[in-house]
Amino acid sequence: MAEALLRVALVGNPNCGKTALFNQLTGARQKVANYAGVTVERKEGRFVAPSGRSVRLLDLPGAYSFESASPDERITRDVLQGRYPGETVPDLIVCVADATNLRLHLRFVLEVRRLGRPMVLALNMMDAARRRGIVIDVPGLEKRLGIPVVQTVAVRRDGVQALIEQVDQGIPLHSTTPASPADADLHAEVRGLLADTVLMPRASDAIDDAIDRWTLHPWFGPIILAAVMFLVFQAVYSLGKPLTDAIGDGFDSLSVLAGIWLPAGPLHGLVTDGLLSGLGTVLGFLPEILVLFLFILLLEESGYLPRAAFLLDRLMVSVGLSGRSFIPLLSSFACAIPGIMGTRSITDRRDRLVTILVAPLMTCSARLPVYALLIGAFIPMRRVWGLFNLQGLVLFALYLTGIIGAMAVGWVCKRMRRDRTENALLMELPSYRLPRLRDIAIGLWERCTIFLRRLTGVILALTVLMWFISTFPSPPAGATGAAIDYSIAGYLGRWIQPLFSPLGFNWQITLSLIPAFAARETAVATLATVYAVGSDADISALGHVLAHSVSLASALSLMVWFAFAPQCMSTLAVIRRETGSWRQVVIAFGYMFVVAYVAAFATYQIARYF
Amino acid sequence: MTLLELPTRSPAYVERVDDIHDTDPIAKRLRDLGFVTGEPVRVVARAPWGADPILIQIGSTRFALRSAEARRVTVTMEVSHG
Repeated sequence: MAEALLRVALVGNPNCGKTALFNQLTGARQKVANYAGVTVERKEGRFVAPSGRSVRLLDLPGAYSFESASPDERITRDVLQGRYPGETVPDLIVCVADATNLRLHLRFVLEVRRLGRPMVLALNMMDAARRRGIVIDVPGLEKRLGIPVVQTVAVRRDGVQALIEQVDQGIPLHSTTPASPADADLHAEVRGLLADTVLMPRASDAIDDAIDRWTLHPWFGPIILAAVMFLVFQAVYSLGKPLTDAIGDGFDSLSVLAGIWLPAGPLHGLVTDGLLSGLGTVLGFLPEILVLFLFILLLEESGYLPRAAFLLDRLMVSVGLSGRSFIPLLSSFACAIPGIMGTRSITDRRDRLVTILVAPLMTCSARLPVYALLIGAFIPMRRVWGLFNLQGLVLFALYLTGIIGAMAVGWVCKRMRRDRTENALLMELPSYRLPRLRDIAIGLWERCTIFLRRLTGVILALTVLMWFISTFPSPPAGATGAAIDYSIAGYLGRWIQPLFSPLGFNWQITLSLIPAFAARETAVATLATVYAVGSDADISALGHVLAHSVSLASALSLMVWFAFAPQCMSTLAVIRRETGSWRQVVIAFGYMFVVAYVAAFATYQIARYF
Repeated sequence: MTLLELPTRSPAYVERVDDIHDTDPIAKRLRDLGFVTGEPVRVVARAPWGADPILIQIGSTRFALRSAEARRVTVTMEVSHG
């Protein structure tokens, strides 16, 4: 039966499981997590209902209300009211409500019902509701609301069957389009509905209460938060390092094999110096990145992050940010791009702008290879106080440097702010949830593929380019210096070096900063290639080479440079898109360049005297 | 008594949300989120450093509110039916 495409939109309060439903229905793998405001854009997917009817499904950002909206809520309102450019009003609205939180969620259901469009209510998280002894009279609710009501468990494969059947059947316009009651009456109506159709033994979850007693305790709360954060960075080092070494050893053997099989010449050079040394070194840092992501995913899924935002709100307000900035900033540890997009859930325009400006100072995972390389080469493996790993501590200090830098910048922005009207926090804290293995595995797999795609795309291309310019042209006959000194790379590096020599960078490091602008990891690949081409012996352990040819002061200075430097074009592009202004891009680039230059300069000059 | 003065974990009910100036969007948002007369409310936790923000539970939902927001909500410890 070839019917026209059915356009269906998923709407509902934040964190009620719309995206989980979307993923279950369409087979997509959109990001889900346990906090309000994970989805900040409209996402589209398709599925075919059992009758053969094609359904185009829209996943919309969560909203509490159509009024007083933040940027992400506005998208939802505009799509439903047919005002979103390029988007027609959906044929059917699936309003999703968390069955454990109906008092809040039903109000939005009633607000959506006012639109008078065909709709169905999906009571999601029915498993959690049953566990808590919540009993819902579904037929009664259907009758009172005048719309079909289905029960779903979005995280289970068979949990969406009822919804699919309902959508497939088609839904008539509800017979009794209700008059629009005033806002207070919406609440009264919700109360009436709840009294007649829902039995709730306890307003809150006993487990949540027990955990929150500790995690939000005025003393233990901050201690737990600090311990969690510290543990993450220690784990990145202690769990990631052995795996990195194993990958490094693997590439060493490959390099030896390639040396045996390939005839000497440019191809041999490209494979051993360019691909195996360059890409191999970057690939070696994948374990560290995955360990970091494992922890970020666990935190996101558990529901702890909004608690951390609650504990830190006061501190963040004092430096011109907001507790709401916490989650976008934490995701910036993975990559600033999703972090900057995540700021859409920040209601206040000024808070949002400052968060966007400081997000690139959070150490993204692309900087991890650079840090890990330099720390491995220059910081001795030593126990501190018999408990901590010195290398882990330095890594933690670098992350801290970025955070303190962000606080300082936020504070300056706050000082310069002219508009000092108050802004609200009003942040919902979700129930705790045990992270699901499947979601974590999918999240890690996605990260892994993104990393490998970068590695085989932009990083590979730049590495080959860097190998090419470090190899050609060959030195003239009778040249006495190293071959690389006569290459394009040698000339280019030495040409820019004067700008960076006050920071203690040699020409090889200076050269590696150029491709780092496209992707930071490429700095590592470039250094590996340049040093590999420059030496006769097959060097695969870039760390050892650096330790011999670069001073500790320069290495520290380089780490500080990477902590602040305005890098990665994609980040600047996303700042432009999210703020809609080139001015913010120039401000972001300018301040980061100045801060990075000054801080690296100071580091180098001070460290030289020790 | 405002929500700010309500002792931690004492059950109370919302009396009203005050607009502190004309068309106060924050007060409007609070009402949208369920801060309406007669709704049961309690303070679950207070943040370190100056007890700001506070975590409150209304119905089965938990919201973090800063003092400025919590001050707009008048509560009573008597049962009220509005």
